[in-house]
Amino acid sequence: MLRLNLLLLLIAVSCALSTVAANHRARKLFTDLEREQSRMRELDVEWGQLQLEQSTWAGHARIERIARDKLGMRPPPPAHVVAIEAAAR
Amino acid sequence: MKFANSPILTHRLSPLRSRLVVFALLAGFVALIGRSLYLQVFQNDFLQKKGESRYERVIEISATRGRILDRHGDVLAVSTPVKAIWAIPEDARLAPAQARELAALLEMDVRELNRKLASDKDFVFVKRQIPPDVAEKVAALRLPGIHEQKEYRRYYPSGDVMAHMLGFTGVADEGQEGVELAMNDLLTGKPGSRRVIKDRRGQIVEDVESIRAPQEGKDVTLALDGKIQYLAHSLLKQAITEHKAKAGGVVVLDVKTGEVLALANAPTYNPNNRVRLVGAQLRNRAFTDTFEPGSTFKPFTAALALEKGKYRFDTPIQTAPGKLSIGAATIHDAHAHGVLTLAEVIQKSSNVGAAKVALSFRPEDMWQNFNSLGFGAPLKLGFPGEVGGRLRPAKTWRPIEQATMSYGHGISVTLMQMARAYLAFARDGDLLPVSLTRVETPPLTGAAVFSGQTAREVRTMLEMAVKPGGTAPKAQIPGYRVAGKTGTAHKLDGGSYGDKYVASFIGFAPASEPRLVVAVMIDEPSAGKYYGGDVAAPVFAQVMAGALRTLGVPQDAPLKPVLMAEAVKEGV
Repeated sequence: MLRLNLLLLLIAVSCALSTVAANHRARKLFTDLEREQSRMRELDVEWGQLQLEQSTWAGHARIERIARDKLGMRPPPPAHVVAIEAAAR
Repeated sequence: MKFANSPILTHRLSPLRSRLVVFALLAGFVALIGRSLYLQVFQNDFLQKKGESRYERVIEISATRGRILDRHGDVLAVSTPVKAIWAIPEDARLAPAQARELAALLEMDVRELNRKLASDKDFVFVKRQIPPDVAEKVAALRLPGIHEQKEYRRYYPSGDVMAHMLGFTGVADEGQEGVELAMNDLLTGKPGSRRVIKDRRGQIVEDVESIRAPQEGKDVTLALDGKIQYLAHSLLKQAITEHKAKAGGVVVLDVKTGEVLALANAPTYNPNNRVRLVGAQLRNRAFTDTFEPGSTFKPFTAALALEKGKYRFDTPIQTAPGKLSIGAATIHDAHAHGVLTLAEVIQKSSNVGAAKVALSFRPEDMWQNFNSLGFGAPLKLGFPGEVGGRLRPAKTWRPIEQATMSYGHGISVTLMQMARAYLAFARDGDLLPVSLTRVETPPLTGAAVFSGQTAREVRTMLEMAVKPGGTAPKAQIPGYRVAGKTGTAHKLDGGSYGDKYVASFIGFAPASEPRLVVAVMIDEPSAGKYYGGDVAAPVFAQVMAGALRTLGVPQDAPLKPVLMAEAVKEGV
């Protein structure tokens, strides 16, 4: 009888300890998740800013200015343009 | 000594005293049980809530406004988080040095800052839309009573190029003009909130529930083509400067889908910096301003004549001596022409010819035709301030009005309506609805207005108009067959027609299988030239040539040098 009681007590204590441990782990993982999610939001914001930067650099006005002034490019005369139609299927 | 042998136990208590003690103890227990019953059962919910509020927090999850993209997926408008600095004036007791430091960071005047902080309100915005890095520096100062709040700022990387199409948003990131307003519901996100448990250090340790899931704003993909838009914008700007014009507009439509590939207005503004904006810059003229179209309206008269079967392509019409009296009024041509065929009336833009044709119609038929072409009613694109122009009911028309309407006077339209109506000629007589957003599956046919035969014949007439002998040889594009019509309209100035003009050109190319409609309108050119063929046609040709090249449309005409014959002056 005494042995059984001791065994049950042992089981009860270990269960209690593992519950505490699991809860702690869950909280820790949750904090990690939170951190990653906020990182995701930050990266999202950064992506938006990079897109903005890209379209500022790739602005048609800027490209035209560089092409004309810096690289000395010009639109080809119509005689030099051949439009290729998509192959008929 | 054992407890049992204690002499005190032998001492007899009076029964009254012992009962009193028992009773008192019992009463104490009953009170405790009652109290715990009260707390645990009756007050349970209230107390639990109080407890939770000690560690539970509801946090807002912000939702970003959707982006606006062009048809190729290039970003035209995007929101990024910024900060607003606000203060509780009562708490914000800043030393002069602190105030100076803060003002310098926020790039504002110290006096203005102090004036704001001296306010007797509980809450004042010190400055809004602050970049995050500046906000961090402000936070690092740890000033009392100065707080920050997250908000969004909208950026438009294309600046003034697409200003009128996109519009802009206010400080609270809500649409105020253009597509931003027209599609505000779609673009706006709905912020959500969730309940969490925070620990002593303020870290979230557990997610209790999501109260409202945030809804991110949806991205909107417009029909705009960034390259064509830039082309239209810069060429229009150039023409406005060259001709010292008051304003102007260019619209490019895709013939196959009805999509708006470009919409440029001048004068324009930079949506990223709207400090000194005036009303004239804000106007999206293609949608919100009406004008009398002038001769660009004649092809509709010709089309109706063909449709009714009273006239054929080559029916002769006597236009000599270049004027026609109707009642007390007289209609003039710029040049007297003699006998012209119906096609030549369009080619040489004869007012007398158009009026004679129009007088053979019943007013109801003419009205019906204009109405089915979409005049007199807004296009209903949801664009703010969109107007429908003026088309009076046929019952009220006098003969002179019926005659002038045939060449586009006494009726008012928007540039977008004109561009759309020309779709009927560019297509085989049917009209598609205009679309601001990208169309994935275009309808094969729209509402038929004219027969295919009529549309093809008008197309030929419009091709003649840009050839030598027509009013707009300057609209020619090497390598492509072009069709179009000039318009030069006197402007109504305080009730009478003055010396101010609206020059316009509307056309499409390649004429063998039209792909694009381009409409150009220049308001009050005042550098000498004012004919549509001189002012608007060259803009049309440049925009069209660039757009066709961008789209890779095959050429349909031999590359012979363009004949620049002197344009025939159209009737004004």
